[in-house]
Amino acid sequence: MGFFDRLLGKKNSAESAKERLQLVLIHDRTDLTPAELDSLKDDLIATISRHVEIDAHAMQIGVEHDGRSQRLVADIPLKAARRRRSRKSK
Amino acid sequence: MPAKVITIASGKGGVGKTTAVANLAVGLAMDGAKVVCIDGDIGLRNLDVILGLENRIVYDIVDVIEGRCRLKQAMIRDKKLPELYMIPAAQTRDKNAVSASDMTRLVKDLRSEFDFVLIDSPAGIERGFKNAIAAADRVIVITNPEVSAVRDADRVIGILEAEEKGPGALIINRLNASLVKNHDMLSADDVLDLLAVELIGIVPEDEGVIVSSNRGAPVAFDPKNRAGQAFRNIAKRLRGENVPFLDLDHTGGLWERFQRLTGRK
Repeated sequence: MGFFDRLLGKKNSAESAKERLQLVLIHDRTDLTPAELDSLKDDLIATISRHVEIDAHAMQIGVEHDGRSQRLVADIPLKAARRRRSRKSK
Repeated sequence: MPAKVITIASGKGGVGKTTAVANLAVGLAMDGAKVVCIDGDIGLRNLDVILGLENRIVYDIVDVIEGRCRLKQAMIRDKKLPELYMIPAAQTRDKNAVSASDMTRLVKDLRSEFDFVLIDSPAGIERGFKNAIAAADRVIVITNPEVSAVRDADRVIGILEAEEKGPGALIINRLNASLVKNHDMLSADDVLDLLAVELIGIVPEDEGVIVSSNRGAPVAFDPKNRAGQAFRNIAKRLRGENVPFLDLDHTGGLWERFQRLTGRK
């Protein structure tokens, strides 16, 4: 790993190994492939949208780990309620 | 006091299970413990050659299980250490010749006579592995700082958790300090970050390991060898001693950090 590789922003091989393993292990541990995660995301969008309006494009879903335990984390931005709707709820 | 039963497993083959079992057994026996190690790899016997006991085999583990000999007759005493014994695997049979309950029964008979029973698990996560962990009080997972070995170790640790075989402890084997320094090998910290288990030892890559396996005398016998030292230290930790880890990669120095920053190292 030379100075110029570093200048060019090339990742060293140990770093690549670690990053690749992080992803692979999450999927191995949860038995959840990236494709399945995508389809889960679509289902979540459909379900939540029936109750509240969300910003589907900004929605993020992923698996985080703390030690050996995994956690499914979804960040779902809500759209501001339209006036008509808020008036109705009063 | 009844024996501690420890199984060494890895998932992936070739990471150093058998070498670790042989060296830990030697390390424990050198410190005066009474040790028996069992080759759990039915059909692919190897612990005998690593320990240099291949010419003394008359009976094997399957002979014991199928009642062709007594347990004592299958136990081979080490050439140098009178408190070290080995029970060989059968070479002409397959994994189905032994069941988990056979293994548990065999180990039960050994518990009262020894301080440690070490079991060398076969590679994989199938029947042979399940048999090898069935009787264990503790399972030590061994891996290399390399993607496929770490991935397989994670699978094994997951299975141990699922089967309630405790959290397991980790040996990182064949760490090459200069590759780590060049950022071309996962460091021990990287591996621990990924696997999130307790570390029980780091063994440096060392040519002496091959030389000693050629001779059939585990490297732990060599007082000057670093890998041998690492294995002897792990053996002490298994006995509950608090032994500091060997300084393998000299990280942290200001000058070295500077060199790394400029890519010179």
